Amino acid sequence: MRAFVNHFTFEFRTGLRNANQLLMNYLFPLGFYAMMGLVMTQINPLFQATMIPAMIVFAAMATGLLGLPSPLVESREAGIYRSYKINGVPASSILAIPTLTTVFHNVIVSAIIAITAGPIFGAAAPQQWGTFALLTLLTAFTHAALGALIGVVSANTRATVLLSQIIFVPSCILGGMMMPSDLLPESVQRFSALLPPTHSMQAFLGLAYGQETVLDPVAAVLILLTSGLLAFGLAIYLFNWDRQNNVRRGHPLLALLALVPYVFGMFIA
Amino acid sequence: MSNERALSVRGFQKAYGDVVAVSGISFEVRRGEIFGLLGPNGAGKTTTLECLEGIRRADAGELSILGVDPGRQPRRLRSLIGVQLQTSGLPANMTVREAMRFFSAYHGTDPRYDLLDRMGLQEKLSTQYEQLSTGQQRRLNLALAVAHRPPVTFLDEPTAGLDVGSRAELHHLVQELRDEGSTIILATHDMAEAEKMTDRVAILLRGKIVASGSPRELTATGSGLTKVSVRTEHSLLHEAGAAIPAVQQRVVQEEYVIYFSTDPGQTVASILARIDAESDKLIDLRVERPSLEERFLEITNAGGAR
Repeated sequence: MRAFVNHFTFEFRTGLRNANQLLMNYLFPLGFYAMMGLVMTQINPLFQATMIPAMIVFAAMATGLLGLPSPLVESREAGIYRSYKINGVPASSILAIPTLTTVFHNVIVSAIIAITAGPIFGAAAPQQWGTFALLTLLTAFTHAALGALIGVVSANTRATVLLSQIIFVPSCILGGMMMPSDLLPESVQRFSALLPPTHSMQAFLGLAYGQETVLDPVAAVLILLTSGLLAFGLAIYLFNWDRQNNVRRGHPLLALLALVPYVFGMFIA
Repeated sequence: MSNERALSVRGFQKAYGDVVAVSGISFEVRRGEIFGLLGPNGAGKTTTLECLEGIRRADAGELSILGVDPGRQPRRLRSLIGVQLQTSGLPANMTVREAMRFFSAYHGTDPRYDLLDRMGLQEKLSTQYEQLSTGQQRRLNLALAVAHRPPVTFLDEPTAGLDVGSRAELHHLVQELRDEGSTIILATHDMAEAEKMTDRVAILLRGKIVASGSPRELTATGSGLTKVSVRTEHSLLHEAGAAIPAVQQRVVQEEYVIYFSTDPGQTVASILARIDAESDKLIDLRVERPSLEERFLEITNAGGAR
């Protein structure tokens, strides 16, 4: 327990101390939130109805998909995990604790957004706060788990950026954060079901806001949960102590299994 | 030092694909001993250390540290060994205090701040790892490696890149650890360090042990030539003159004449007699046994190492 507390405290502080992590955990999502609040609510007043979940999902993407993988790869490349292994730090802690601290940072940012977006930008508050809180946690966990998996399978930091952007960029456009999913053409709607943020947005809107949704929000929750658990399990299974370690338990392409729930989601969309 | 075995390696083999890194080596290290693992780059030192540390699995052979197989009993191994890695191994943002707490917690022991005092890091508790000097980083790594009081400690190039003062300080700390009963396995390129610090060494070349023993034994089994360097006031020895007994080779190097002798006693007596006979005056005379470095080069050159 003492080891867990020490490790968690250190990782949490690193998320604030390290300039890159601070940027991805707080400055980028909160800066984007402020900008969207100032600009988007003026251009498109309808944005106020989805602003809070949209900005929370964006923050989960920034912290989980962009912020988490690179430090994992850098630590592996710097031989830090080798040192951890020698000193008895289990692989599960090496992945679980950064994932957990990322969720924690994301919850703080989400709380700031949820509390301030209404009074400052006139954003609509959720009808079901309890469900809203659970969905915030689920969204943060799923994106952090996918980020951990990207960090584990990336050969280097350049590959990390590429893999993260493959999910991040289309998600920003098609994930239902900037424009409602029902405005998208049907074929694009089907494609957008491959993206985790689409399911987060549908779950928030359907279950916490009581709005009409394109996808079944309960199915969206199950898909997010399954994908998050699969991603985290695969990250532990495929974890490599150092880049010279040529003994792998599985091929990195196994990571694609974490996307199977979304493929399923695409067919039921 | 006791005769009890702390570590034993029997017929150890390891290959990476078609490349054989270590080819059936065997050696033992006794409790309380400082054992040096020497060899040029690619000789198999790091592979041997990594398998002993449980980072990699041996392909064949038996490895044992105090009766524990590093590949099969990694959990039991953790409390038995301390490892100072050659490269960083710590997160850049981790402070000295956090590092001590972090690793002590995973070893299930109390943080050893006394050790940080001893390593001269008491003023650096809140300093992040990346802000420490190379010498301070090495001392911190050593403190972390031994904080859980492991009976066996592995040091991989512990003084590489350190200045003279930091090197001497680290040597002193390692000697102290040995005096407290630790067994130390030292991998180094620095022959002077190995000669000064170790009780016994093994020289690895292309995955095989080509020589082993105490530094004194190893230097004695080489060409056996002792270097006798002489400088006189009138440099009359620079003239070849009559042959000096037991001398295999004679070299003039600036103001010195250097004789490589198989019998230094006889050679020195003869040199002194000649200086006296030629009314010259002795200014400097040095008798040097071959160093471990010279013996190492002799062995590795004979083995064709680059």
